[in-house]
Amino acid sequence: MHARRVTNTVSTGVVVQLEQVRRVFNNRQVVIAGMDLRIDSGEFLAVLGPSGCGKSTLLRMIARLAEPDSGRIRIEPNDERFQTAFVFQDANLLPWRNVLDNAALPLELMGESKTKREEKARAVLGQVGLLDALDRYPAQLSGGMRMRVSLARALVTEPRLLLLDEPFAALDEITRFHLDVQLRELWQRRGMTVIFVTHSVSEAAFLANRAVVMGRSGGAIKLDRTLQLPAVRDNELRGDPRLGQEMRLLLGAIEE
Amino acid sequence: MKKTLLPPLIPFVVVALLAEFLVREGFVRAYLLPAPSAVFRAMISSRAELFQALLSTSTGSLTGFALSAVTGIAIAILLSSSRGVQRAFYPYAIFFQTVPLIAVAPLLVIWFGFGIETVIASAFVASVFPVIANTLSGILSTDPPLRDLFKLYGASPLVTLFKLRIPAALPQVFTGLRVSAGLAVVGAIVGEFIAGGGLGSVVDIARTQQRIDKVFAAVLLASLLGLGMFGLINLFSHLMLRRWHASEQPL
Repeated sequence: MHARRVTNTVSTGVVVQLEQVRRVFNNRQVVIAGMDLRIDSGEFLAVLGPSGCGKSTLLRMIARLAEPDSGRIRIEPNDERFQTAFVFQDANLLPWRNVLDNAALPLELMGESKTKREEKARAVLGQVGLLDALDRYPAQLSGGMRMRVSLARALVTEPRLLLLDEPFAALDEITRFHLDVQLRELWQRRGMTVIFVTHSVSEAAFLANRAVVMGRSGGAIKLDRTLQLPAVRDNELRGDPRLGQEMRLLLGAIEE
Repeated sequence: MKKTLLPPLIPFVVVALLAEFLVREGFVRAYLLPAPSAVFRAMISSRAELFQALLSTSTGSLTGFALSAVTGIAIAILLSSSRGVQRAFYPYAIFFQTVPLIAVAPLLVIWFGFGIETVIASAFVASVFPVIANTLSGILSTDPPLRDLFKLYGASPLVTLFKLRIPAALPQVFTGLRVSAGLAVVGAIVGEFIAGGGLGSVVDIARTQQRIDKVFAAVLLASLLGLGMFGLINLFSHLMLRRWHASEQPL
């Protein structure tokens, strides 16, 4: 299904370059010690690793929500405001706003006019299949629907860099499978750079073009691999032996 | 409505009937506890006076409460602006909570005179702290990921305050207002003891006249006033939060 390739790209990606990035927690615990990593424009990168290995810290630094203690993070081109979007582990919607107003929030904060931001929010909510829920409040939505609003909110600014921190971890498996396919399609349509932090080996292999496995401490990279899988990912791929092979490789690196 | 009014009415009727029985049969002396029927008669016979008093106490407590709500929320917003401001001024906010109102009331009379101003001031002093404390705690406990979200899109502290921190604090603001509403009535009555007027004055005068039935009638009206204000806050809370907060969702 959905084998049709859509070529008109709304936004393009950015290059993310980390140079000797170091982050220390409470002046003692080294979370990331001198990390070098380059993520190419339009790449879909999955970051795997055990709990507490610094995956989330890495993502927060790339989003400029935290500063590295030393080293540099370069994002190129860096000419636009708000080209980065972040999807959190929980949907983190504002419970007093309905679906439409939640999705339009980033544009509102950027000072976009009401008609324009609602038009854009409607369009992106349509892409995640929520057009019939515009007036509903987060308390009236299922976990999967909330996460789709969260995704729509992230995409509404047409970001060139999308960062996701274990976004589907709290959802049931079927919902997660649907969202995986949807996210992959959105990425193919838009061509932005995606960095996806996850605990799930199967999710990483299914979604990404490239996977990085981080070690237990200091943010050391134990494996950096370009996945040998077809470009179009759908639920049929889940039983594919090639996916199993990639999962074995990633799992091996994690448990090493 | 039937379901919310009926359950609390049952214990009220039972206790009233029991009191009536105890007084009529002479188990309790009528000058210690009046029979509910006597209280009811006092209410009818002094209705004009009691109504005037209720009106006056309502004005005092509602005005004091409104002042508490507005200044309490404003003070909490100012206190939340920086840790330094909080450290410097929060102890004085706590002072309002610990100050013995009955001891300060004479001072209020000196400042504001014998009139409604003293009653309002007394209601204000009694009720402002819960608004400050609850609003402040609400504003300071915004979810960190939501703060990150606003930071990511370059929202200024002022925009973050009005679009995120204050709306997120609303359930706690209402908790403060509920506590404060009851305290405002208590503060108004205390003020009236000293400055005169209202139900406080009725209680004070009826006491000296050994009219315990009238004391009870006035106390009952004061309680009903507190209950009414509490209900009003609940109504506002329901209107504002029903669509999103767990406290207003049906059980």
